[in-house]
Amino acid sequence: MNLISYIGKYFLFIIEIFKKNEKKIIIYKTTIDEIYNLGIKSISFVIFVSMFVGAVVTIQTTANMEGSWMPRTLIGYATRDAIILEFSPTIISLLLAGKVGSNIASSIGSMRITEQIDALEVMGVNPVSYLIRPKIYAMVLFNPILISLSMIIGIIGGLFAVILSGDCTISEYVSGIKYSFVPYKTFYALVKTVLFAFIISSVSSFFGFNVKGGALEVGKSSTRAVVYSSVMIIVSNYILTQLLLS
Amino acid sequence: MVEIINLSKSFSNNKVLNDISFKFDRGVTNLVIGKSGSGKTVLLKCLLSLHKIDSGEIKFDGLNIKNISNKKLRILRKNIGVVFQGGALFDSMNIEENIMFPLHMFSNLSFNEKIYQVNKCLKRVNLINKNKLFPSEISGGMKKRVSIARAIVLSPKYLICDEPNSGLDPYTSILIDNLLQEITYENNMTTIINTHDMNSLMQIGDKIMYINNGLLVWQGNKNQILDSTNHELNKFIFSSRLFKKIKL
Repeated sequence: MNLISYIGKYFLFIIEIFKKNEKKIIIYKTTIDEIYNLGIKSISFVIFVSMFVGAVVTIQTTANMEGSWMPRTLIGYATRDAIILEFSPTIISLLLAGKVGSNIASSIGSMRITEQIDALEVMGVNPVSYLIRPKIYAMVLFNPILISLSMIIGIIGGLFAVILSGDCTISEYVSGIKYSFVPYKTFYALVKTVLFAFIISSVSSFFGFNVKGGALEVGKSSTRAVVYSSVMIIVSNYILTQLLLS
Repeated sequence: MVEIINLSKSFSNNKVLNDISFKFDRGVTNLVIGKSGSGKTVLLKCLLSLHKIDSGEIKFDGLNIKNISNKKLRILRKNIGVVFQGGALFDSMNIEENIMFPLHMFSNLSFNEKIYQVNKCLKRVNLINKNKLFPSEISGGMKKRVSIARAIVLSPKYLICDEPNSGLDPYTSILIDNLLQEITYENNMTTIINTHDMNSLMQIGDKIMYINNGLLVWQGNKNQILDSTNHELNKFIFSSRLFKKIKL
């Protein structure tokens, strides 16, 4: 399939997802299950990564300020902005594209090759809508929560780094965190996370759903899902930043 | 009754089904037989509208599905129970949830009524008290029986089975065959079974169509098959020493 064909099929796929055929209660229950599978189960991963990267961002900021005239409060300030603007929404979403995206693509792909999707179809269930809409709802609803958590944990990770290194006092770091806070930047970050969540869930589902062949193809579709989701996240990150921040 | 009229289907330049006409009768087990790659599964997928046909007609009790709207097709599909070759059970659901799934989607029964229906179907396929097991925890034969239970839970008018006893031992195969035949008679369904198992053929072949290279080569029943003079059919059916002896 060439790129234009992929794009066309992807948009037709998106239209099919939002055709309302199934009972609302079924979609609601499945969405709750997906929030658990795709969201809740990612919390420990997000906490772990955010804690360490938050600490690294703080250490690097401190290293770049070594011997300069700048006040030490800027360590907290720079850490906060780096985490809220870019690290949490974009980098965590890229990591989730790997974790959640490959999970979605491989689970739907496996259903395809074991005829479970055919079974849904011949039962009169719209498999696209039934399987994929709850995943998109779950990701779009829960990703902002995950990313908000990542922001908090990242900043706490920075605090631990400061305490361990002694580069600045806790009060200096906390003052820097509070300094010149612009709530719009958090809004911008959360808007990005909603879009990224949609990209991860829909692109991964698209590749999983269109698997043809056997187990090898399921593996390939997972790889494609992660690659294309990541590329789309990077490109849309640039476009959204241009639109919302410039 | 399901009727196919001058049905043709090809993939690229490969003609898999060529101008086939046949009537699958109600209340009997209709068997589609043929070698691997002869077009049996393609025929079933055409019947289920999973493949679009090139030409011809498919009629479910007079309803032509060739140019049917998606809405009407969904309604029709609720009347078709399907048993897939591998069972196609949902991995994430246990046996009870698998069988209850069509009830969740298409009925307004209370939970207790659904449980009653599930247990009734499980009893019918001899799987009492296995409700909470997952597909990964049960044998191939049990998977097929769960698949049959799921297919009949909505009391469909049509039952379509793609090689329901493939990969099973001869004893379990016969159990599955007998079960399908009994369910067909009890519910007066139009049952279409795709198989290349000779035991099935002799056991439940009320009406048989033999396809070879996409063509309908022979039709009849299990009693007529022994006396058939069709060379192609005899080559296929009586290829083993055991069946050659039976023929003699």
